[in-house]
This record gives sequence, structure tokens and C-alpha cells, in this order.
Amino acid sequence: MVYRHIIGSRSYVFEDLRDLMAKATPLRSGDQLAGLAAASAEESVAARMALADLPLKTFLDEALIPYEADEVTRLIMDSHDAAAFAPIASLTVGGFRDWLLSDEATSATLTRIAPGITPEMAAAVSKIMRLQDLIAVARKCRVVTRFRNTIGLPGTMAVRLQPNHPADDQRGIAASLIDGLSYGCGDAVIGINPVSDNLGVLTDLLKLIDEVIQRYAIPTQGCVLTHVTSSIELIGRGAPVDLVFQSVAGTEAANRSFGIDLAVLREGHEAGLSQKRGTIGQNLMYFETGQGSALSAEAHHGVDQQTLEARAYAVCRAFDPLLVNTVVGFIGPEYLYDGKQITRAGLEDHFCGKLMGLPLGCDVCYTNHAEADQDDMDGLLTLLAAAGVTYIMGVPGADDVMLNYQSTSFHDQLYIRDLLGLKRAPEFERWLQEQGLTGTDGRLLSQAGAPRLVSSLAELVA
Amino acid sequence: MSAPDTRSEPWGRLSALTPARIGLGRAGSGLGTHETLRFALAHAQARDAVHAALDEDRLAAELGTLGLDSLRVASRAAGRASYLLRPDLGRSLDAASRTAVEARVKAGCDIALVIADGLSASAVTAQTEAFLASFLPLSKQHGWSLSPAVIVSQGRVAIGDEIGALLGARLTLLLIGERPGLSSPDSLGLYITHAPRPGRNDGERNCVSNIHGAGLSPAEAAARAAWLIEASLSRGLSGVALKDESASSTSPRLAAP
Repeated sequence: MVYRHIIGSRSYVFEDLRDLMAKATPLRSGDQLAGLAAASAEESVAARMALADLPLKTFLDEALIPYEADEVTRLIMDSHDAAAFAPIASLTVGGFRDWLLSDEATSATLTRIAPGITPEMAAAVSKIMRLQDLIAVARKCRVVTRFRNTIGLPGTMAVRLQPNHPADDQRGIAASLIDGLSYGCGDAVIGINPVSDNLGVLTDLLKLIDEVIQRYAIPTQGCVLTHVTSSIELIGRGAPVDLVFQSVAGTEAANRSFGIDLAVLREGHEAGLSQKRGTIGQNLMYFETGQGSALSAEAHHGVDQQTLEARAYAVCRAFDPLLVNTVVGFIGPEYLYDGKQITRAGLEDHFCGKLMGLPLGCDVCYTNHAEADQDDMDGLLTLLAAAGVTYIMGVPGADDVMLNYQSTSFHDQLYIRDLLGLKRAPEFERWLQEQGLTGTDGRLLSQAGAPRLVSSLAELVA
Repeated sequence: MSAPDTRSEPWGRLSALTPARIGLGRAGSGLGTHETLRFALAHAQARDAVHAALDEDRLAAELGTLGLDSLRVASRAAGRASYLLRPDLGRSLDAASRTAVEARVKAGCDIALVIADGLSASAVTAQTEAFLASFLPLSKQHGWSLSPAVIVSQGRVAIGDEIGALLGARLTLLLIGERPGLSSPDSLGLYITHAPRPGRNDGERNCVSNIHGAGLSPAEAAARAAWLIEASLSRGLSGVALKDESASSTSPRLAAP
């Protein structure tokens, strides 16, 4: 179906819903690369005006990627919860925005309607929202998940401790892990990105994390971020797998380029559940996403990258994840050119994920070939924390020496906790106090001498 | 005035175990002035590395001393700005280069050897010779036939598919400069793609990354590459279905608890 919007004497025509969505998207390099972006600033606003008048129901009748051609579309359509959708079924996209901002949209109401919101609806409304709207509404969304601790409670923000090493050296990883714990990081997960795909190396890394967690009774979970098929294999071999990780995208073809489909994710989820390693909950999937991955795999079907990102959340939602994060600036300037584009994308992704009921965190990050620096990261971190981001990354000194990009540091999370009074997962917070690392206010104690825990841990690598 | 918490032991000892920025101390909850500026300098240097050009004369001479013939080609990305914003252009050869590669086609080969600047020409300069010095003897032991080394400027990983297909290779081995990190502006990656042809996706490749001073050594990378190539050629595939089960893990073990 063709969509039109008239501004003055000019009539803008959008050939279908995909075209309308793409042209309504605030400008970014990835959509320009794909040849999908609006040709002028006015055309983009015309598309947003047309989109605002569109009934939300349209997205249930008109698939952006054909149902027959794509299993992610089938998942979205087949799992749509009509009862949850009912309260907003009569709204247009613009009316939905107004409703989301209103006092009627309470935390409880937003939780109830989440299963009725398709990724396309979330993406559409985000395109006509400013940053303050994305922040204000996301802040009202509540998503709580559990494995060995409770993530996502109001007034909290968790941190993934990311102790990567460029050669998977166990002692090097342990050194970063100890440093991170001493800053109170690691309640979201202690998660290593391995360089190697070697199953022996992966097993050793899993055992390293497991040993530290067990020995010090740390109320958290571990993960080695390897391909889901490797995790399945590792579980089969008896390796201690807490969380099952996978990068996912918003189309079947893009997922295929990652070597996965929904069936293998289901298999990974079941393998993880069979371990029964969670103590207070069984949310055990850990997904990473990021705008641009489908185009990068030439699997975008003419759909803009932000909408495809929201579709990836539909994939995540099917597996009750503990953690989902958008690795927003990782992919490079051909998709998100500079600090401004990265900032908007991070807030869009967080909003869409939360609206759909997911525990969304963000890897606030950039690469050295993007037009961005630490100032941009400070800005996005502060905005996301104000929006209630579920978790962020904790990388020593913000410099990931394995993945070669800059993320948020152990220091950055202290800054934002101080600024906004954000606490850690309560079980982890209590553990830190028991270890003498933090005071009753959650702030780090003076480190004149190395705390007992740190000295003890350091013996591990002696 | 900041009062950095200069944490002495065990941080000095732990810092020696990793290039990661640990044991930095703090000024309040933030980073002290010295570390903040040290970080800014590293970022500036990495930014400069992205824009540096590959010294192809030097590389070709090094390849010559290893007994390798070489061929210089370019992708369709005309310059660095175009390369950064248009990855599609970096994935295919310009017309003259395509002709030049076609002119070198003989009877096919086992391995198309492709060396691309990628995002760090300095990585290619720093690691290629050492990697090949370890890899070529292994390749010879296996009896693999190699194409001339194809040196690509403004190249991305997938350009190896087109080159491998043109050369009639059973497999492409592509060396490429990885995006520069703050602590590793010269990290090389290698990609193995069985039955290369345009349209292959990343799930169909095997990768060995982080080949640099503080990462994987060139000799270790060569051993892994040879293992993967042998497995790939004998099983007729590459990518996620081919797991690295080589025994060549060098990761030092932790002390027993």
C-alpha cells in the first residue's frame, strides 16, 4: 500500500510501509548506505507526520518482511498477544506516543501491554519521539529478571564485568576480574569474550569464572560469550555453563549469517535450563544485538536498521533472557557515523527493548574509526542511566584490549552511581558489604590497604 | 586537586599479567589526571593509525624474501573516507584489479593468499612477515599449493571471496588489519573461507584474531590456521560447523587453589 503526506504544495509518496518507516527514521549512515534514507530533511518529517497518523493495527495486517519468507516475522505475528494489545488497539502511532507520555501509562500498565507490542510498533513510535520522550517512557518500564540475583529493580543498575584478554590468558583475565570486583562490578554477569573458539580454551575460561564465583560465594553468574552451538557442545561435555550467549538479529537471513535460527536458540535455551544452575530464577539467555547487523550481512530486506534492531528483540523475547544488550557503537561509522547518531540509537534501542518487556542494557561504546570520543560516551551513559538502563559494561579503563573498542569503565559506573544514587542488584550489594569493599551506602570504602577479598583473590594468580 | 588512590600491591603484580588498564586508582570516583590524559593520547594515536596507508613496496619486498610472488590490487573504495562509509565498495575489486587477477589464473590452487590493509595498515606491516615465516613451512608440509600473494588496498574481509573464486582456489586465507584498539593499534586477523565465492557470509568463515605483540603470537596463529585449513579442506566446509579443536592452547593455567 502507498502512503502520502502533503506539505504545502508538495506531495510526498512512500511506496510501502517499509519505505515510510525508513524515511521517517532520524538520519543515520547505515540507512544511507542501504539507500533507504529520506532524500531531504523535509521528506523525513513528512514521513514522520504520515507515520503518526497510521493506526497501530496496520502493523498486524501489513508485514514489513513477508510472513512466508522470514521466521522472525512468523514469530512476531504468531506470538502476538491480542488481549494485551486491546487497550491500545484503537490508537494511531502518534496517539500511542501521547498515551505513553501520559500518567495513564503507569509501570503496571506498561508491563501488561508489553506482549501486545510488536517490534514494528515500538520502532514506529520511537521514530516520532525525541530523546526526552525515549528517556521518560523507558524509565517507567519495569523489567526484573533473576538467575542468582535480582536484576532490574527500581533504583538499581547492574554492571557486566568484562575482563577480556587478547590471548585468553587465564591469569590476565583473573587480574582484570579482581580489579573489577574491587570496584563493585559484576552483578549483571562476569562475562568474557573469548578470542578462541577452541572448546578446550572455552572450558578453561568457564571453570575459571565458576571457581571464583563458587569459592567466594558471589551472588552472580558467569558467561563465556561464544556461539550458542559451542555452548550446547560445552554443556554436553559437562562444562559449567551458567548463561547461554548469542548475538541475534532481526531477520532470518541475518541470523543465518550468524549461524543460527530459532530452533538452535531453543536448543541452547533448553540445554541451559537442563543445568538448573540458577538459584533464585531461571532467566539464563544472554543476547547481544546492534543496529546495522542485518545490513552488514546483506539481509535487511529493504527495512531500516532501527526497525530491524527492534525485531531482534522479538527473537530475544521468545527465550526469557536474563540480559539483553545493544552494542550500540561497536559496528562502526558506516552504520552510526558519530556521537550524535550513536547517542540517539542507544536511547531508541533501550526504549524499544524496555517497551517490549526486555531487560535491556547497553554497551555504551565506540570504535576508533568512528567520529566519537569519551565525551560522547559520558553523555550517552548519563542519559541511559536517567532512562533506567538495566545494565552497562565494566571494562578496565574503558579500553577493551581484546575487542579493540572503548566501552564504559569501572570508574564510569562509580560516577553514575554517585550522580544518580543507583544501587547494585541487592544480593550483590550485600555481598560487597560483607566483603568490606563497600559501606552501608554502597560506596566503595577507602582502599588504603587491599581488602581481604582482593588479597585472597590475588593469590589465585600468584 | 585530585588525590589518586595509588594502589600498590597486589596491583603492580596483577598489572604485569595483562595489557588491560587495571590498578589505575581513582580521583574521587573518577580517573586521575595522568590516566585521563594517557587515554586521550592512545585514542589520538589509534585515530591516526586508521588513516595511515599501507607501505606496499615494503610488504612486497618482504614477501619476495619469503619466496612469494605478489600482485597488487585495489577495491572499489577510492580512498579512506569512502572505505569507512561504504563497506560494500571495500568488498569487491575495481575493474582493473579484476582483470589483473584474472590474468594470473593458472590451473587453480589449494589456497588463495590475500593480504588486505583493512582498518590498520600498521598491523599488516608489523605481523605479516612473521606469520608467513611460520605458516609457509606448515603449508609446505601439508603439500598445499598457494596462489601469488594478492595485496589489497582499501580491502574488507569479503573481497577474499571474489579473489579466491577468480583464482579457482579451494579456500581463501585472508590476512587483514583489525580495527585498531587503544592498546593494540597493530592487531592482525585472519579469515579462512572454504569454496570462496561472492555472497559467502561470516558464518561460513573461521577467524583467528588478535595476532600481535600482547595477543596471539604469529607462530601460534600459524599453527591454528594450518589446523583449520587442514580440517576445512578435508571436511569440505568452513565456518560455525567447523570448531577449532586444535590442541594448541597456550593459555597459562592458574595456580591450583
